[in-house]
Amino acid sequence: MAITGLIMVGFVLFHMLGNLQMFQGPDAINTYAHFLKTLPPAVMWGGRLFLLAAAGVHVATAISLTRENCKACPTDPGVKERVQATLSSKTMALSGSILLFFIVFHILHFTTHTIFPVYKTFMTDLDGQQVYDVYSMVIYGFSNAWIATFYIIAMGLLCMHLSHGVSSMFQSLGLRNNYWRKTFDIFAALYGWVIFIGFVSNPAAVLLSEYTSLNIFPVQDVLLRLS
Amino acid sequence: MKLDPNIPEGPLPQKWDNHKFDIKLVNPANRRKYNIIVVGSGLAGGAAAATLGELGYNVSCFCYQDSPRRAHSIAAQGGINAAKNYQNDGDSIYRLFYDTIKGGDFRSREANVYRLAQLSVNIIDQCAAQGVPFAREYGGLLANRSFGGAQVSRTFYARGQTGQQLLLGAYSALSRQIGLGQVKMYNRHEMLDLVLIDGHAKGIITRNLVTGEISKHTADAVILATGGFGNAFFLSTNAQGCNVTAAYRAYKRGAGFANPCFTQIHPTCIPQHGDQQSKLTLMSESLRNDGRVWVPKRKEDCPKDPRDIPEGDRDYYLERKYPSFGNLAPRDISSRSAKEVCDEGRGVGPGTRGVYLDFSDAIKRLGRHVIEERYGNLFDMYESITGENAYERPMRIYPALHYTMGGLWVDYNLMSNIPGLFVLGEANFSDHGANRLGASALMQGLADGYFVISHTVANYLAEVGAGSYDPADTAFAQTEAQVRNQIDHLLSIKGARSPRSFHQELGKILWEHCGMARSKESLKTALELIPALRKEFWEDVRVVGQAKDFNQELERAGRVADFLEFAEMMCHDALDRDESCGAHFRTEHQTEEGEAKRNDKKYAYVAVWEYQGEDQPPKLHKEPLSYEEVDFATRSYK
Amino acid sequence: MKLTLKIWRQANTEDQGRFISYSVDDVSSDSSFLEMLDLLNEQLVAKGEEPVAFDHDCREGICGMCSLRINGLAHGPERATTVCQLHMRSFQDGDTITIEPWRAAPFPVVKDLVVDRSSFDAIIQSGGFITARTGSAQDANSILVPKCDADTAMDAAACIGCGACVAACKNASAMLFVAAKAAHLNTLPQGQAEKDRRVLKMVSTMDEAGFGNCTNYGECEAVCPKEISLDFIAKLNRDYGKASIKAFLSGSDE
Repeated sequence: MAITGLIMVGFVLFHMLGNLQMFQGPDAINTYAHFLKTLPPAVMWGGRLFLLAAAGVHVATAISLTRENCKACPTDPGVKERVQATLSSKTMALSGSILLFFIVFHILHFTTHTIFPVYKTFMTDLDGQQVYDVYSMVIYGFSNAWIATFYIIAMGLLCMHLSHGVSSMFQSLGLRNNYWRKTFDIFAALYGWVIFIGFVSNPAAVLLSEYTSLNIFPVQDVLLRLS
Repeated sequence: MKLDPNIPEGPLPQKWDNHKFDIKLVNPANRRKYNIIVVGSGLAGGAAAATLGELGYNVSCFCYQDSPRRAHSIAAQGGINAAKNYQNDGDSIYRLFYDTIKGGDFRSREANVYRLAQLSVNIIDQCAAQGVPFAREYGGLLANRSFGGAQVSRTFYARGQTGQQLLLGAYSALSRQIGLGQVKMYNRHEMLDLVLIDGHAKGIITRNLVTGEISKHTADAVILATGGFGNAFFLSTNAQGCNVTAAYRAYKRGAGFANPCFTQIHPTCIPQHGDQQSKLTLMSESLRNDGRVWVPKRKEDCPKDPRDIPEGDRDYYLERKYPSFGNLAPRDISSRSAKEVCDEGRGVGPGTRGVYLDFSDAIKRLGRHVIEERYGNLFDMYESITGENAYERPMRIYPALHYTMGGLWVDYNLMSNIPGLFVLGEANFSDHGANRLGASALMQGLADGYFVISHTVANYLAEVGAGSYDPADTAFAQTEAQVRNQIDHLLSIKGARSPRSFHQELGKILWEHCGMARSKESLKTALELIPALRKEFWEDVRVVGQAKDFNQELERAGRVADFLEFAEMMCHDALDRDESCGAHFRTEHQTEEGEAKRNDKKYAYVAVWEYQGEDQPPKLHKEPLSYEEVDFATRSYK
Repeated sequence: MKLTLKIWRQANTEDQGRFISYSVDDVSSDSSFLEMLDLLNEQLVAKGEEPVAFDHDCREGICGMCSLRINGLAHGPERATTVCQLHMRSFQDGDTITIEPWRAAPFPVVKDLVVDRSSFDAIIQSGGFITARTGSAQDANSILVPKCDADTAMDAAACIGCGACVAACKNASAMLFVAAKAAHLNTLPQGQAEKDRRVLKMVSTMDEAGFGNCTNYGECEAVCPKEISLDFIAKLNRDYGKASIKAFLSGSDE
């Protein structure tokens, strides 16, 4: 769990940093997206498969651990109180399951465009090349309040999942000791929040631009242009 | 009854070496042909089972707890003595030997004690190698402290849990043998009788405490390491399950019981809170290294907050009476002094049976962190039991029954007068005389278990040869039937009183009449009260539940039944010993200052009692104690 | 004090088990929790009913025999306290107290509040020792143990093997117990020779016994009467990781 978790922990950070390029305007994010799309197939697919495998192993291990744990702890007719377990630690399976659903949705949404095939037609001109207009795609996607809200909630769960997962990772890899324990726990919580704020900044900014007078993204322009 | 102590020839320091050479050995290839039963899994039993397993014998080990790791040796806090002289303060094997003999008030067997002192050094080596986390100095060497009754620092310790750590060492060695299949462990089994064939111990009858199944176990030799009988007093520092049953049933089969009246009262226990109390909690005597014992000089001051009593109004009675030993005076002396001041009406706390143990000077001198480091867990324990913070106000302590020096009689080989029956640790009588010094019980248990029995049992086994008994002998079936009958009898009485209430009443009788101070009158009273109580027990006890079930009431009833008989023998012994020595204090025999007055001319013997049948007084035999090396000296801790 | 007790009664391992309510009067607030149960049992015996079976022995917090879940918490509400050291002053007059056994598949109930913890012994038997045959030891001071290592080993060795960690864990994991046992020996120089073998054997026996997995809830640490730290689990993971890699590379599990 720790190693596959670590891979994904690293991935979400880069993903989040990439997303922040939205705030540098259309060209920045579109260049970045184009760069990713045009990586040599071996690298791109290698990376994708690697991440997919990590996620797959993470989920499979989680399922097998949970099954073993259920067996070790048969139904308990009594009362059981908790002293120090955190909410995030108690809800790892729930947050993980919802996140799994979210990831599938997210890939179908923005990567394969299966949910809204219309995204395939969002193209733009970049240094004379026709490339996907990811910038508009994101704004268009998050202009739907339901989808944006789902993304925000999912990122909240990711934040919880990470704050326990990252600190747990130090423990499982045997890196933690009495001296570093607090530091690692603070780091884990901080990491969760940074990831949360970074990811949520996009849908939040789109919603704010759409429904308030703040004008971070040109939502109305994009919607007009695409309709 | 034949009582030959089998003390080897030669000068004291060479006796053990000579003996090891003289006694017979069992060839390594033949050892697997021998079965040995070890009853008890504490320091003595656990160490013995592990060591005999390592040697290649087939060992069966029994304990009443759910795991051998829980035997009551685990509760020893303070430490273990060894004559290592690591502190260069003049310690030596001879000094440890002499201190133990003198501490025991010249009622122990010289040769056994010398061997104990010799082996003490090996014990520390053995335990350190097993990974017992003894306290260390910054340089990595072992740390020592001084302990009650000693003027050198020879006590090794592992925080306040020395007993637990030593036991875990023995338990891990035992576990290794269990894992290797060399020892078969029977948890939650209680020995209920000893089986004799042609006068030799060849097996035991046990009850499985979970299923109630009674079964026989056969062996070439039986080793009892079943601890002491302090629970005869109901309230003691022993664990709830500690009992005399195994030893007592062996006694009923003909084993001599030696010096049962030598019962030690520990000076530093937490005072009793009331009638619902089920046990007394000991706090390590090491507390006396830094704490000062006092009571108010005037009765009127007793109810006051101790912090409000000025220095001039406090009576530091141990420092006053015993200037050179002060608060470290031996256990019996400090216990009795506490009783005296309480009898004078100067006791403190609820029930006014308590004295203060004050750390305020030590905290001022050393700082609170040092006291925390040394005794933190004891202070925590005190707080959890009494609700008082001993860093801020003095602890209250009172003596409680703690250890029993008496036990089954054994010779130098630790074999009882029944051939093939060996007795180790607190269950035997040999090393502590009339009083045990602090940090010596762990030493004796481990010396017997690791280093003595492995040699001496071979001598017996080689003599009788493998397959020394017929497993189909009728003695097994007969003894088993007797055990079943007793259980059925207990269940059939269906009276009105619980076994516990009888136990409580017996405890009160003993504490009152055969406790810290005894007299002819008090013992005679006890000898009337106990048989009457026993009679009532067999007429009116109510044991609920079934025989073939997990039945804690039945367990207790069987143990109380034995305590009720045993207590009478104890009082007989106390009555016979018309002198004061060590922990046995007869009020008729004291000096003008209230010190114990020994009578070496008449009582320098081991009193060994032989069972004579139901409701018959036991028969006394004497093993004279002769000292080759030391002279009788009056203990003086002034 | 007058109390209402909801106690788990179960005749034997096969029995279903159920809660039964009892009321007990005249409990002294100075008495211990187990003394309160003694009082209840005396009252039951007086009525000819079978008393409640519970494990207990030393009653001074060191043998690890007592094992009750009180109001949902292993060893009750006080931190760093075994049931036997829990005193009634921690409760209020009129309280209703729920008393249950440890619940975990590897700890089957024997009767009422008594469970079978022999799986812990099995773990130790598989590797929780330093092989030091009696008589083979060198002088104790020839092995230098730095004070900090001795202290760490002692912190771990303080474990009393009560099983509260398993009882409190949502997954019935025995990691804290195994970690404490392994860390005690692995920290000391005497324990180095068998270090890898020890962790591999102990962990595999733990898994075979059917204990769950550690998911770092930390409840074990919270209920541990000896306050064994979660750090020892990190150490066990570290030692286990190293040992597994070494075993993989050398193709041997010894």
